[in-house]
Amino acid sequence: MLSWLFSVATFAGIYALLALGINVIWGMGGMINLGMAGFFALGAYASALATTSGGLPIPIGLALAAGLAALAGGLLCRLTLRLRGDYLAIVTLGFSELVRLVAANEIWLTNGSDGISGVPGPWRSELTPFRFNVLSFALVAAAVVVIWALTERLRRAPWGRALRAIRDDDTAAAVAGKPIRRFKIQAFALGAAILGLAGAFYGHYTSYIAPDIFRPLITIYIFLALTAGGTGNTTGAIVGAVAVVLVLEGSRFLEGWTSVLGGVQKAALREVFIGVALIAIMQLRPLGLLPEKSPGPFLKRKSR
Amino acid sequence: MRVFNLRRSFYGVRALSDARFDVEQGTITALIGPNGAGKTTAFNCISGVIPPESGSVHFAGTEITGLTPDQINACGVVRTFQIARGFPTLTVLETLLLHGDDQPGERMLTALFSPGQARQREAELLDRAHAVAKRLKLDHVVVNLTDALSGGQKKLLEIGRALMAQPRMILLDEPVAGVNPTLGGEIAERIQQLNEEDGLTFLIVEHDMDVVAQICDPVIVMAEGRTLMQGSFDDIASDARVQDAYLGKRG
Repeated sequence: MLSWLFSVATFAGIYALLALGINVIWGMGGMINLGMAGFFALGAYASALATTSGGLPIPIGLALAAGLAALAGGLLCRLTLRLRGDYLAIVTLGFSELVRLVAANEIWLTNGSDGISGVPGPWRSELTPFRFNVLSFALVAAAVVVIWALTERLRRAPWGRALRAIRDDDTAAAVAGKPIRRFKIQAFALGAAILGLAGAFYGHYTSYIAPDIFRPLITIYIFLALTAGGTGNTTGAIVGAVAVVLVLEGSRFLEGWTSVLGGVQKAALREVFIGVALIAIMQLRPLGLLPEKSPGPFLKRKSR
Repeated sequence: MRVFNLRRSFYGVRALSDARFDVEQGTITALIGPNGAGKTTAFNCISGVIPPESGSVHFAGTEITGLTPDQINACGVVRTFQIARGFPTLTVLETLLLHGDDQPGERMLTALFSPGQARQREAELLDRAHAVAKRLKLDHVVVNLTDALSGGQKKLLEIGRALMAQPRMILLDEPVAGVNPTLGGEIAERIQQLNEEDGLTFLIVEHDMDVVAQICDPVIVMAEGRTLMQGSFDDIASDARVQDAYLGKRG
């Protein structure tokens, strides 16, 4: 049971990383990215391939995952610079499906729909499963803390202020002398790097990745998490991600009570729960549990 | 500033055909004309929002034609928008700070790894922002979100944004449109004060002829994408061609 809790907490941490990544791209930068699953997959495959067929150590796999995702993110952003709203949503969604289909069909590289198994985890063979779960949680939690601090500092800095201005009105921001192209590409690449890192963590933790894991549904979950937690709020992204994982995993305990329902219906019930919870949050707190707050001037902080 | 033979069309309709005029340093020059005369398009071409198809814009001896808005900003020419375009989720103070120039904290790596530099610059910009807010009598609303400002305050903030860049010349697009006459007069007074005390040059598009008569000299009249004439307000008000452009030809 305790081991299972650490496992859930590890997944919550991975979801939190995803939400932090999306928060940079969408929350702070206002660029919709329905291709989140694609960057998640890219990171997972990059690190998994580097550490299995490549035989490289895990930290290098993580760095490769983040770097490759950042490169893809920067490139995608550069290509879609003039698109916004619905159009950007469709293109990014297409990108994510592209990554998934390549992973499913380029069998020589990715082993197709069978996926890659035996992705190494840190000291997996030396540790008991329980200890491995604890270690994984600690590593993912540390990553969440580092990424939180990194993105929160950027949000408070003049960089974050300019990015929010671009999100509100990019023509006016350009006239204000802000190089919007650089800001957008940087934000997109940074967010994508975080998504890629989350993917790498996922692969090393579960030891198995396959194209089917990276369906667009997970993108929707993360957007729900961020919306519920507070779009543009770094802490809110983590709170929302943890809440979504709690609802997804917590609904297992309903099995005892609902003997009337079959397995498929129970699974469907989870999504109903998430939907209802989101509607309730949006009714009560339209800006999310922790709304975005203006950080004010970038000086030494006196009080939080 | 010298604008020469500026030309631009949209979907085959010629918005600007050979607009040419000069703006002398230290003046408050008005740019007037009936709707569709090309005033806003001229502004857009000068400020780099829309590149002109041909023609040239020189400022203080340097050609600024076709540069991007931020490059033109750096040359000392700043503009405002007709409909106050704010950043709804930024406060007044943040909006002013955003328009401060040369903030190293806007580079991602500096913001992350040497925030000291950014903080130092921020403190300087903060002083400037407070001074600008005070001059425009916005100092009591600096912590409010721009969305919560009144129409007149938004117009003043537009001017404040321009001032933060410490420009030599400001292009104002209808600074008093949609504001009640008392407040409009106040905005006009602020413009005059800035012109006299800081020697700022203004080019103003405005339909409110009281304000134009009060503070602007000379006045440039545009019609159908061309410059019609240039002169003092009294000269142009008595000119037959200007009356024709506004009221239509008789007979």
